[in-house]
Amino acid sequence: MKRVILTIIAFSLIAFSGIAQEKQATSGKPIPKVDIKNIEGNPFSTTEIQNDGKPIIISFWATWCKPCIKELTTIADVYDEWVAETGVKMYAVSIDDPRSSNQVRPLVNGKNWEYTVLLDPNGDFKRAMNVGPIPHTFLINGKGEIVWQHTSFSEGAELELIDLVRKLSKGEPLN
Amino acid sequence: MKRFIRTAAVAVTLLWASGATAQNILDNTGISGSMQMDGAYYLTDKKMGITDSTLDGKTLRMNGFTEINYNWKNFTAGMRVEAYLPPLLGYDADYQGVGVPYWFVNYKNDIIDVTAGNFYEQFGNGMTLRAYQEWTLGYDNSLKGLRVKVTPFKGVTLKGVWGVQRYYWNAFENNNRGIVKGADADFYLNDMFTALNDSKVKIGLGGSIVSKYQAGKTLDYVIGEDIYTLTLPENVANYGGRINLNIGGFNLYGEYAHKINDPSAMNDYIYKPGEGCYLNLAYSKKGFGLSAQMKRIDNMSYKSNRSITNNMLNINYLPSITKEHTYYLASMYPYATQPNGEFGVAGQLTYSIKKNTALGGKTGLNFIVNYSQVNGLDRKAINDTTAIGLSGTDGYKCGFFDISKDLYYREFSIEATKKFSKNWKGIFTYLNQAYNRDVVEGHSNEYGIVYSNIGIADITWRINNNYALRGELQGLWSLKAHENHEANTGDWAAALVELTVNPHWFFSVSDQWNYGNEDEDMQLHYYNVNMGYVYNSTRIAVAYGRQREGIICVGGVCRYVPASTGLTLTVTSTF
Repeated sequence: MKRVILTIIAFSLIAFSGIAQEKQATSGKPIPKVDIKNIEGNPFSTTEIQNDGKPIIISFWATWCKPCIKELTTIADVYDEWVAETGVKMYAVSIDDPRSSNQVRPLVNGKNWEYTVLLDPNGDFKRAMNVGPIPHTFLINGKGEIVWQHTSFSEGAELELIDLVRKLSKGEPLN
Repeated sequence: MKRFIRTAAVAVTLLWASGATAQNILDNTGISGSMQMDGAYYLTDKKMGITDSTLDGKTLRMNGFTEINYNWKNFTAGMRVEAYLPPLLGYDADYQGVGVPYWFVNYKNDIIDVTAGNFYEQFGNGMTLRAYQEWTLGYDNSLKGLRVKVTPFKGVTLKGVWGVQRYYWNAFENNNRGIVKGADADFYLNDMFTALNDSKVKIGLGGSIVSKYQAGKTLDYVIGEDIYTLTLPENVANYGGRINLNIGGFNLYGEYAHKINDPSAMNDYIYKPGEGCYLNLAYSKKGFGLSAQMKRIDNMSYKSNRSITNNMLNINYLPSITKEHTYYLASMYPYATQPNGEFGVAGQLTYSIKKNTALGGKTGLNFIVNYSQVNGLDRKAINDTTAIGLSGTDGYKCGFFDISKDLYYREFSIEATKKFSKNWKGIFTYLNQAYNRDVVEGHSNEYGIVYSNIGIADITWRINNNYALRGELQGLWSLKAHENHEANTGDWAAALVELTVNPHWFFSVSDQWNYGNEDEDMQLHYYNVNMGYVYNSTRIAVAYGRQREGIICVGGVCRYVPASTGLTLTVTSTF
């Protein structure tokens, strides 16, 4: 029993110390090089994730994930403005497995989303980015380094995201 | 107790110290990782029939993992520690323990990619091979061995895998499972031939062959009082081909796989070859998406141990063609692929009605209509004297379009997403489901088909930029079970209220009420109180409440979850 309690405490502490280190830990790592697929199901290397030195958002989602759809729908409404203002480019990486990976393109078009959508049907990119629950969003600076990440979506969270993008595009520090 | 506090204090200090050191190390090197902990404290609940003995005295349970990857130039190494002390209710007791079930070393450059240790892989859509992990299901069939991936020219990818599958904590020994070998080739013609580089027609072709080896030349099999000796194939091959064709907004994806004779406990030791066929046709343009699928599965279970019938050791992946749901009541009766045989069709339309039109209003309207139906196969006897499915024979005959009248699953759903104003939006869903409980859950003519109508309203009110309130109202109305059958749980109602406070907090209260249960004692409330804290990529959630008995499915795999009451703590983090 005590062992169980201790294990739980230890795990929680690891998580909390994780929080403390987060800012440091996520700074400056490049995007891992993984072979995935574009929205048409053809080969795509994550080294092709580029935006001419401007900020990039990478969001992991799936067709069955309600908060993900909410996040992408919310951002879709303001995406044009975001691009015009900051030059940001958003990659939406679907982790739909073969059950629904063929449904991604009709859904994305049907929803009128303008993002560059990628398919990661066996979670290779997801694993390389250490993504657990989705939605999980990353912010990449002009040098191609991961500078911020966030899990889950709540209404209004997109405002925090665009604030960070603005700072990045002006070359200001995030904190 | 004193000793406990002292230990805890030491642990805290050590962790913070190591945390500070780790911080510096993490900054300068390629260490990254993630962790998750699901802990539960289970309580007895008389109304739900949960007593000390059903809990087996193990009221405190935990599943957890930490995965760490280290990257240096072209090398990556990683490992995952898993702990189940003991596993949460609904997870296999065989997981109990702590260990490192997953580790690998990888070298990768532009041409070659080599992994030694554990790896995940998928050939095409997975009909011949898919090694993957679903933490929430307790499913992991990673292969341990060697994987080589070569890209000799742009557009060509060749893969070879050789290994054994993970089976709980069991080491590979004493022929407790087979060895899996596979090769796959992928050709993307538009990258291979310069003439096609800018073509609107995009063609991808692929092929794979997988073989499993499990020792055992014969098996004694008892039918009635007679003992038969079956001659077993020690090597079983499964091979297939696929095409992915895109022309403008059109997409055609097709995959076919053929498995040679594979007598196993899953198919009751018949020698008939297996077949799998999947076809997807889609057309989409801005604001419009349409897709249609067809899937035929015939005797396609392919496991690396011929004698098991549980969910483990699947080499291939046979996902369901039906839509996946996450709302409480929509996911009450989830369909799972029947690997021994089924024929399914499905179609989905996604359509956005433009802003400032009669139907679309000022903000537009998006809707998704989905239909799916799965039936059994119409099997015929191989001759007049052999019963259908008799062990040791070819089992049965079945033509490609021999579809039986046995309905396994049917669903119609329509979902409308509407933004009423800047601060109000809603998702409205209606579903009509027919669920063959006997077939999907493996009963013999006890429950029949459950027909249900489900309505769901999901409304979000953005109070301001930091506060948002969301409410769900759901109802499930099912037809009374046939009088010859056991009662199903009847009608349900569910409600949820959720408050999110940016950027960190969320709170929710929900209840699922089985008000229509024929057994009045079982007209229970399955209430839940949930709160959580999110800091960047770390999420901590605490919940208290009741979990109803049910089946959780992801893709082609399902897990039974028993009813429980208690307190749960979930922590996830990426670092």
